[in-house]
Amino acid sequence: MNSSVNWRPTATIQTLKKRAEINTQIREFFAHRNVLEVETPVLAHASVTDIHLQGFCTQFNSPLKPETENLFLQTSPEFAMKRLLCAGSGSIFQICKSFRNEESGKHHNPEFTMLEWYRVGFNSSQLIDEIDELLQKILKTDPLDRLTYQQAFLTYCDIDPLCCTLEDLKRKAEYFGFTNIAQHETSKDVLLQLLCSQVVEPKIGLVKPVALTDFPASQAALARIKQDDPRVAERFEIYFKGLELANGYYELTDVKEQLSRFENDNQVRQQTGLPEVGLDEHLMAAMENGLPDCSGVALGVDRLVMLACEVQNIDQVMSFSIGNA
Amino acid sequence: MANYSTNEFKAGLKIMLDGEPCNVLENEYVKPGKGQAFNRVKIRKLISGKVLEKTFKSGDSVEGADVMDTELTYLYNDGEFYHFMNNETFEQIAADEKAVGESVKWLVENDNCTITLWNGSPIVVTPPNFVELEITETDPGLKGDTAGTGGKPATLVTGAVVRVPLFVQRGEVIRVDTRSGEYVSRAQK
Repeated sequence: MNSSVNWRPTATIQTLKKRAEINTQIREFFAHRNVLEVETPVLAHASVTDIHLQGFCTQFNSPLKPETENLFLQTSPEFAMKRLLCAGSGSIFQICKSFRNEESGKHHNPEFTMLEWYRVGFNSSQLIDEIDELLQKILKTDPLDRLTYQQAFLTYCDIDPLCCTLEDLKRKAEYFGFTNIAQHETSKDVLLQLLCSQVVEPKIGLVKPVALTDFPASQAALARIKQDDPRVAERFEIYFKGLELANGYYELTDVKEQLSRFENDNQVRQQTGLPEVGLDEHLMAAMENGLPDCSGVALGVDRLVMLACEVQNIDQVMSFSIGNA
Repeated sequence: MANYSTNEFKAGLKIMLDGEPCNVLENEYVKPGKGQAFNRVKIRKLISGKVLEKTFKSGDSVEGADVMDTELTYLYNDGEFYHFMNNETFEQIAADEKAVGESVKWLVENDNCTITLWNGSPIVVTPPNFVELEITETDPGLKGDTAGTGGKPATLVTGAVVRVPLFVQRGEVIRVDTRSGEYVSRAQK
């Protein structure tokens, strides 16, 4: 027996009680609004093409098949939940484990808990209102602020993220001390993400939560492009006290555009030496059948508990974080 | 020298940055849910001693620095260089004023110091945590004072000035914590 092994939880029992209480509050919140709780597979046949997400892959040895099959731990329940929406579930929510390889740190654990929900018939602004109500209920916050991505960059970086060139961004990144990155960078989005996470984020949402809206179209992910301004997407993020808490979309329902975005991701993966990822054919088939007009958001439950308990490290809100899992 | 990727950065790793050897103090992972991951790294520049934060794209790599610490005995100062000796090989190394820097006021002959070598040359001299030095000048204290009620300045044989209790007198040898520059006690005879 090795008595030096740290078997104890990384969270206090008191924090785990608070965590359970928050889970109950979330379920009450959605029960009250007639949003259906669902469970979707954590283990599935496909992963995501997103060039900044790495899935965990494992092998399934079926007792009924001679060959081994690759299965992926889901980086979020998004695709399966969208298939439920396509099948007519109506508004749904889920609290589940999600898995992201290569992510670990003060605010990251490779296995984490996500609250994801979809509201049929909601646009992004209505969904932001609902997130605000949830945060007020759980964190006792004041109503959140709204700020567009463009306003935020103009205010804190003195640059217009929608009109600037790669050269403008490089100069700006150098100005803020990121010369080593700016020198060789060829992607505007990487520089925008650098400035957003290092310069903008530390300055917004410090007193009350903030919804950063209208991300550049090049960072739309699974959001639709804004009808009256094609430079931006109907994508938003919620930040509070230095934590990125949630990411939401007025969901893209156009299957052709979705397919071309996935294919584009794979092209970038090929160019940058990342492994290509097979498309989720179940999602594509479901979207072909029709995804209802809806908005959806993914919220990090661990980070929500961090804010509720005022702790700085994600380990402190998990029973066992990756170090002694 | 080998290259190190951001996932190899941990406290104590020596890397080259802007042409200067640096010591990694902290490495923090920063990543937006959608987007590029970064590592925010706290480092100390070894020559200037400056501490700063530097951000890297996760997966980027930098050149390692050929830096090592070695325990050497201080011998003497010839007016220009400070000479140290390895007690096992008897090899001697001379450090210039820049490498010795502020540590000059804590250098005591025959004390063991830590010398940081970059590509074989001394860049930093770190004195032992505690040194014993004689007081060359201080005002006579008041009788009856026992301990640390404010104290008084005392100049030591190396020129260092330390606050000492009033009862400590000129000619006495005192023990000083070199990290804080504070008086600890009278030296044990």
